[in-house]
Amino acid sequence: MRTDAILRIEQVSRIFPAVSGRQPVRALEPTDLTIARNDFITILGPSGCGKSTLLRIVAGLDTPTSGRVVLDNRAVTGPGPDRGMVFQSYTLFPWLNVADNIAFGLRERGVSETIIHETVAEYVAKVGLRGFENHLPKQLSGGMQQRTAIARALANNPEILLLDEPFGALDNQTRGLMQELLLGIWERERKTVIFVTHDIEEAIFMASRVIVMTARPGRIKADIAVDLPHPRHYTVKTSPEFSTLKARLTEEIRAEAVLAAEAH
Amino acid sequence: MALLRPLEPVSQRTRILLGVAFFVIFFAAWAAATLGGYVSKTFLADPITMVKDGWILLTKFGFAHDIGMTVWRVLGGFVLAAVIGVPIGILMGAYKPIEAFLEPFVSFARYLPASAFVPLLILWAGIGETQKLLVIFIGSFFQIILMVAVSVSNTRRDLVEAAYTLGSTSIGVVRRVLIPATAPDIAETLRLVLGWAWTYVIVAELIGSSSGIGHMIIESQALMATGQIIFGIIVIGVIGLVSDLLFKFVNRQFFAWRLA
Repeated sequence: MRTDAILRIEQVSRIFPAVSGRQPVRALEPTDLTIARNDFITILGPSGCGKSTLLRIVAGLDTPTSGRVVLDNRAVTGPGPDRGMVFQSYTLFPWLNVADNIAFGLRERGVSETIIHETVAEYVAKVGLRGFENHLPKQLSGGMQQRTAIARALANNPEILLLDEPFGALDNQTRGLMQELLLGIWERERKTVIFVTHDIEEAIFMASRVIVMTARPGRIKADIAVDLPHPRHYTVKTSPEFSTLKARLTEEIRAEAVLAAEAH
Repeated sequence: MALLRPLEPVSQRTRILLGVAFFVIFFAAWAAATLGGYVSKTFLADPITMVKDGWILLTKFGFAHDIGMTVWRVLGGFVLAAVIGVPIGILMGAYKPIEAFLEPFVSFARYLPASAFVPLLILWAGIGETQKLLVIFIGSFFQIILMVAVSVSNTRRDLVEAAYTLGSTSIGVVRRVLIPATAPDIAETLRLVLGWAWTYVIVAELIGSSSGIGHMIIESQALMATGQIIFGIIVIGVIGLVSDLLFKFVNRQFFAWRLA
């Protein structure tokens, strides 16, 4: 599995420089991580553990203090369309309707309008937004906005899809449905995915591998394979295997959450 | 029932009624003060004299031509300032080195009173139309640059980041994120600055001018024709109000995505 690596994170650390007399913040200790092609990885950790920082470094939106990220044997120097990203905040362009949002990346790359039209229709269908193509973001619910954001990232056909707590602001029921939707798309297309979350169930349900991070300064504490069979149905969340994993990860996270709570 | 509750909205009908009510009260108070003989006619004409004077101005003295001249000067100077100022403002907001280079000077220049430039501009450009346009231009240009730059600077960072992860180049971000995202704010800036441009034009016309509303006002002062002066001021107010409503209407049509 490790032989066909798509992404290598090599000794990546991030220290935020001191602001107005305070100490510099060590957000991320030097971290190594290799991600296999077509794998679905979740990075699990308490708030402020540097997991989002790590993801932003992979996206090229933040620069590591040391180390480097290598995607397909090319070092990452900045953001690019090969690493699609879905953010926690709603980042649809509010002046564009659903179809034009999904087409954004394709238009930036100068793809022909015929192909854009087909691709948009394909991804609108995949995320279940038929009939909403002409809606503006403000007319959509949070779940629909995030579905559009996922379609927008996927339509660009990135090498790897990065998601930063994309369902964090959604209610529990919508969140569950979104997990199934995203997992369904992954099971069909096997795109490489890195998904950051602080929700243990979410981390197990979707991933084939869960990376647990410690409280700040963040580093990798555990790397746990999830061998639940695919396709996964939501009922897997009540299976004994799932419960065992959940119990184990809860222990791992709890210790860190306690540390994080004391630090604040 | 409490009539005044903080932030409680009012219906469209009530809003219009209340708005009109103020005008009615204003004119009533004015009429009472002048027609009732509390204020001397030499200093303040009554509303009826004002309307009569206005009618004479329009029918006998070609005041419509003056109004036309003033409107053309405002629009000319304002459009010139917008056409040059908006792009500079966008560049300044988008690119921090350009901001660092221009911002201190523009901040200084925008406090230079446009009216104080009138004597200088007469020396430079004479008393023709160029001078009038330049006064409006100086008054609007630096304001537009600075306000547009601030709007562009305040574009949501996460939208810019999203665009980068979708493959936008830095020029692509300016053209397809910064500009559309701030277009409603830029339009709002232009609406405000157009209002200010109206005050500069009158100042420009008070000195060394042979036409325009301001010119009429200064001539009327020599004749102690307060009715005409007030009519001129009211005409400016009405044109300002109409252009403001038009601007608001157009903004609402163009930027429906911004409205809640």
